[in-house]
Order: sequence, then C-alpha cells, then structure tokens
Amino acid sequence: MSQPIIRRRRLHAARAPVSPEVQAAVARALAAVAPVRPDKALPLLQHIQAQLGHLPPAALEYAGRQSHIPLADLNALVSFYDLLSTDPDGGVVIHVCDDLVCRNAPGAKALGIRLAASGQQVRFAPCLGQCEKGPVALTTASGRPTDLAYGGYVSWKLDSGTGEVASGGAWGASGPASSRHGWPAGYAPQLLGRCGQYKHNDLKDYAGAGGLQALKKAHALAPAELVALVKSSRLIGRGGAAFPTGVKWEGVLNAPTPWGAGPDGALKYVIVNADESETGTFTNRVLMEEDPLGVLEAALIAAHAVGADRVYFYIRGEYPRAIETMTAAIHTFDTAGLMDGRAAEVRAGGGRYVCGEETALFASIEGDRGAPRVKPPFPTTHGLFHRPTLINNVETLHNVIPLLTLGVDAWNGVEPKLFSIAGAVAKPGVYEVAAGTPLRQLIDLAGGFTEPVQAVLMGGASGMFLGPAQLDVPLTFKDVAAAGATLGSGAVMVFGESADLWDVARRAAQFFAEESCGKCIPCRIGTARQVEIVDELAAGRFQWVTLHEDITAAMMDASICGLGQAAANLVRSLLKLKGVQ
Amino acid sequence: MEMVRLTIDGRPVEAPRGTTLRQAALQAGTHTPTLCHHEHLNCAANCRVCVVEVERARTLIPSCATPVQDGMVVRTDTDRVRKARRMVLELLMTEIDTTTAPEIQAYGRYYGADPARYPAVREAAKEREVIIDNPFYVRDYAKCMACMRCVRACGSDIQHTWAIAMTGHGHHISVGAGSPTNDITESPCVFCGNCVGLCPTGALMGIAEYEVRKAGLIGTPELQWSPETGLTGPGTAKEVI
Repeated sequence: MSQPIIRRRRLHAARAPVSPEVQAAVARALAAVAPVRPDKALPLLQHIQAQLGHLPPAALEYAGRQSHIPLADLNALVSFYDLLSTDPDGGVVIHVCDDLVCRNAPGAKALGIRLAASGQQVRFAPCLGQCEKGPVALTTASGRPTDLAYGGYVSWKLDSGTGEVASGGAWGASGPASSRHGWPAGYAPQLLGRCGQYKHNDLKDYAGAGGLQALKKAHALAPAELVALVKSSRLIGRGGAAFPTGVKWEGVLNAPTPWGAGPDGALKYVIVNADESETGTFTNRVLMEEDPLGVLEAALIAAHAVGADRVYFYIRGEYPRAIETMTAAIHTFDTAGLMDGRAAEVRAGGGRYVCGEETALFASIEGDRGAPRVKPPFPTTHGLFHRPTLINNVETLHNVIPLLTLGVDAWNGVEPKLFSIAGAVAKPGVYEVAAGTPLRQLIDLAGGFTEPVQAVLMGGASGMFLGPAQLDVPLTFKDVAAAGATLGSGAVMVFGESADLWDVARRAAQFFAEESCGKCIPCRIGTARQVEIVDELAAGRFQWVTLHEDITAAMMDASICGLGQAAANLVRSLLKLKGVQ
Repeated sequence: MEMVRLTIDGRPVEAPRGTTLRQAALQAGTHTPTLCHHEHLNCAANCRVCVVEVERARTLIPSCATPVQDGMVVRTDTDRVRKARRMVLELLMTEIDTTTAPEIQAYGRYYGADPARYPAVREAAKEREVIIDNPFYVRDYAKCMACMRCVRACGSDIQHTWAIAMTGHGHHISVGAGSPTNDITESPCVFCGNCVGLCPTGALMGIAEYEVRKAGLIGTPELQWSPETGLTGPGTAKEVI
C-alpha cells in the first residue's frame, strides 16, 4: 500500500471571493432557467458554461449557494457529463470523431493529425452522429463566451481535394446544415417526405407541404380511439428495444396520477427521446433538422392521446442544429396557438450515451446524473418525476403522422423504416424503405459499396455483424434477428476489406467502458475488463474467449440497463464472424 | 394485509404485498448475499450480487429491489444465478482491495470468485491512495465499491447534509466531496459518521481504527456465508436479518 496523502487543514476553510464576472454569469443563468429547481441543475450549468467558457470552482460554489443545489451534486454532474468542463485553458477544443465510421473514413487520421499539428487542442470523441459527412470534428469554444447555451460548436473538416483542414466555422456555428436523405425510386415516403420541403418558421408553408393534417385528425378522435388506432397498427419502437408502441400509449393513458402534479406542474408527460447517441445512428437528427414541425406535431398528437400536459424534447448535446430547430419549432407553434394548452421544452443532453436509456434520461432531466433506475416500476406509471410518462424515439413518433393521414392499412402495407447508412458506401445518409426490403437494396440505394465488403454492422456499437453472404436478409426485426443480428436503432455500418474489424471491436469496447455510467458492478467493471480482454483477442490469443463469455453472461444477465446488456454484442459477433468458438 | 402467493425454489410462499423477493426468500429459509443493500437505506440495487432468476424474465432480477407478484416463480440457486453472483464478486475483486471487506470475501469464497484468472488489469481503483484530510476518518478509494451507501446516508436517506455525491463515470466512478480538490473539510460535512458506519468495505474508516489496523493490532474477521445460514462469524449476529 502506498503512503497515505495526509492533508490536515482548518475545518471549513473560508470561501474564496467570487468575482463580479462570475456573479453576473450565475445571475443570468439563474434567470434563464427560472424558476430554479433541482431539476434545472444541468441547464443551469450549461448556461453558466456558455458565458464563462468553462465552469470554474468559484462559479460552481456560488451557483450552488444561489440555487440551493448542493455543491457536491453540481460537481457530480460536471464530472459526469462530457460537455461540461472545468478546464480553464482558453482557446478551442476540437473533438475529432474517433468512432467506428469516422476512424475508417478516408482522411480521418489525417484530420486528427493535422489539427493536432496546427497547435490545436484535440480530443477524440465518441460518435458525433454526423457519419454521412465523416470524417467529422466538432469544436467547443472553451474559455470564450458564446451565446449558445449548450456550448457553441464550430465544425471542421478536411478538404478532400487539397487534404488541408478547411477553415474553422466553415459549417457555421451550429454545424453542417444539409443532410443526405432519400428513398427508392417509385416509393412514396411516409417519414422523410416533408424533410426540407418547407420553411421552418412558416406554418402556411408547412400546411402546404401537408403539415397539421394529422394533428387535426387526432383532435377529432378521443384519446382512447387514438391509442386504439396506434395499437391496431402494431407499430413497434424504433429506438432499439422494439417495444410495442401502442401498449406504452395505453399504459400511460390508463395510468392513475395519485401523486398529483410534478414540480413543473404537469400530471403526465410525453418525452421525445432524441438523445441519439448509438454509434452510426443519425436518423433522428435528420428528422429534427429537416422536419422539426413534423416532429413537434407528432409529439403533440401523442400528448393528446395519453393526456400529457407537458412535452420534453431531450436532444443530445452534440446536435446543436437540432436543438435550435426544435426550440424554434416550439416557438412557432406556441405563437400560432397550436400547443393546445400544453407546454413543451427542449433539454440539451450533456454528452453521455447512457442518457438515451429511458430511466437514465428521466434522471438527467430531474437534475441527477444520468444513471438508470431499476424497473419495475415502469415509465408508463413511474416515469419522469415518478409521474406517468410516455417516452418514445423521434422516429417512432413520426410514424403517427402517416398512420393518421394515410390510415392504418396503408401504413401497415409499407411499415416505413429509416436507416442511417455509413461507412464504405458511395452515398452515406438516411434512407427510408419499406419493411422487408433486402439489405442489399438499401446498400444500392446508398450508392453501393466503395470497396469489396467485409462485413455490415447492424445496430451500432451494441449491434452485430452480418457477413458478406447474409446481405440479402429482408430488413424486418424478425428476419434480421434470425440472421443473428439486430435492426437496433437503424444504424447500418458497412466495412470494406481495408477495415480492421479487431480495431472496430477494440474501439467499441472502449466506447462502452467510457460510456458506462458506473452505477452497477457488472457493467462498470465488466466493460473495463472487456477492453483488456479484447486487446488479447485482437492479438490472436483466443484462450481468453472463455473468460469473455463469462463476463458477457454477467453483463447480459445482471446489468441494470441495456448498455451493459449489449456491451459485448459486437465482440461476440466478431468472434462468430471470424469462426472462433 | 393483502397477501401475494408465489413460489421460491419450489416452495410455495405467501408474503404481504410490497415484500421484496429477498425478504420473501428469507421467509422461505433462503438467504441472499447483499452488499449495497442496507435496511436503513433506500434501495439502490447497484451491486447486483443479490440477483435471482424469475420465470419469464429476460434477465436476472435484483431481489433487494423487486416486490413480490402473484404467481411469480423464483429460483435463487440455479447455475445462472451462481455464475452471475460469482462474476459480480470476481469483477469487484479485480477492481478494488477487499482486504477489509469480510462480506465480499465470504461471498467470494462460497461462489468461487477467482480474480487471478484475468489478463493484466490496467488502471484499477486498487491503485488509488488513502486520503486523510480531517481528524475523524480516512477515505481509502482503493477499497470503494461505489455502492453509494455513504452518499445515500449523507443526503436523502439519513442525514440530509448532501456533502458527498458520486463523481466520474465508468470505472472511474467514485465518491466526491464537491470541491475540485475533493477535500472533505471544504464540504458541508458535519462528521456525523453515518457514512463510516455504513461502509461495507472499509473504504471509510475511523482514524483510530485505521491506525490500530495499520499497527497490526486487529485484523479482518473471517466470515462464512451460505444460502442456508447467511453470514456467520464474529460480529454478524446483528446483520442476519
């Protein structure tokens, strides 16, 4: 045992004086999040950081005193969320995406090396959800005031012609605007059809593109009729867990509210889960950036169906443009009196993958660290603030619009599904296809392979590989599962022959070890040990497979949430693909 | 009182609604190993050593946190349960120093946890240093299993002081005193000692005990555990609940 650190000091040392600049920043942040409640802790910190560039200890202490939120709790959040920083080092930090798609994209390494060589502070980041534009880097302005509450991003990229770093800010303060999306020729899109077809602040334009029809139809139905309609469609959740949506809606509609209103005055909630952080997934981002009024309309339909009086959009912090578009959409609807007496609010995530897990997301909105809770009780009765809560993925909710405008039968005949496809394909992007479309057709839609295919990863870092012989699998939950993979969140990553799949496995293992919230032992320590074991496996020492299987079983069986339960999927699937028993 | 009927290890059990599976199992004569659980604290269900198998459930279920339901069929000693418990203890032993955690040692012996079978472990909490920054207790992060008993006691569950909270994420998670220096004397800590009393691993320890142990005057008692007897050995009489 090493020597103990002995620090004996006067108990409760006098507090350091707080500078007027810090006092003013904290006061402005408190005003921005008013009324101040414990659940406003994360937005409060985001607002302070937006002004000061980072969170100095004096600001935390002062904010704690002013807001009556314990300093230890504020510090717990700062150390938990990646996008909060106590680093006073002025200048710009560039987060270079180092995840499964970008690290295999041409020029990815060059981007990181060049940025580092140019004297910039470079940090490698998990998937930024901009895979169709890879290699991607986002910058956070640290030590520099910015008017963006969630950090202030400037995007960088490598010029494909010259190989030089394109000038910072080339994509504007909120990242690249355009996204590539499409559908097969002759197919009538049900989800992507309105993307980019109207001006986001113009309701007439939106109505001209077919907007607001679904909301009108929904209001003509009683909540129970609406729930019955969704139930009869057999729509299942698109976020990855594939839970029947109608069952959730029914649960919330019928849930009693014995505890009355939550701290924000609502009895029941709808939460739009847009913390889209699964590696290689960016379908929700495209919907929110290109059809924000549609996303809001769908959420309001859900709120009408389940009787919720407040809607939260929890959007991952790395999506500044989506945060902007959705905030503006709420303003547009509110000004036009379309909110139907309901309140809606955007909450920006703090940069933690696990917050996409529904109960972790509740904890995050409530002002706690985003750690999952034990289920049961389930969110339908004990969700946000332990009130009945409907939580659905953006894409799941978007299906409600065609369900209402086209009818259940027309929707059922197609069952539209979005896929974000990236990697070794010519035109990475978001594509809408009908259920049962063969995977190969989706890849053709994305411009086909750019090099001979080695494997296709379905469902991101928590998903599984399909081999070159399995590319004709029809894209339905059942068929893909039968092929030994998962549709998951709709992420499709194509790896060509030049990709090192063991490197992919190593990165995925590191991703889970980094992103585990640390709450439960199997996931917290299992993911850390998996990193070490994957290094051995990657070196061809397959005697460690047995131990890996043991850790996998414990993570799958005993972890609290899906993060730990899926953390070994990719590695196991690679072992299978490589024929290791 | 409304009673719930279920089956535990093949035996029919009748328990009041709201009883947890752990309590119901005990009623049926089966002890469950627990680490993060404490009867005076709200349930955290983060150590996962108390998991049991419930028919038709996809994963194993934490018995400390799950209330009994009518018709549940629960098994507490299947291979799957034993393996999960073994792995939880084994993983914990690769990460932290368990020399002053008699319960972990006893459970580990029973379930055959073998932390030596791992490839070289990098950056385990074991390497962290002891912190003595106040006259009352030491904080030995090398022994902290992040069960959050201390955090729960300090904040919502007993003391309402909120001097400490979890910090970090992944296996860098630990308990923090709020200030960037992690100095407990700069926190609102009132040195009530509830956290020290509840720590199951000796990560928090009174300074007198720490020094007496360091001098080799007292050691850690060896406890035994089995599902039939629960924990037995010096000082456990109170703990068998």
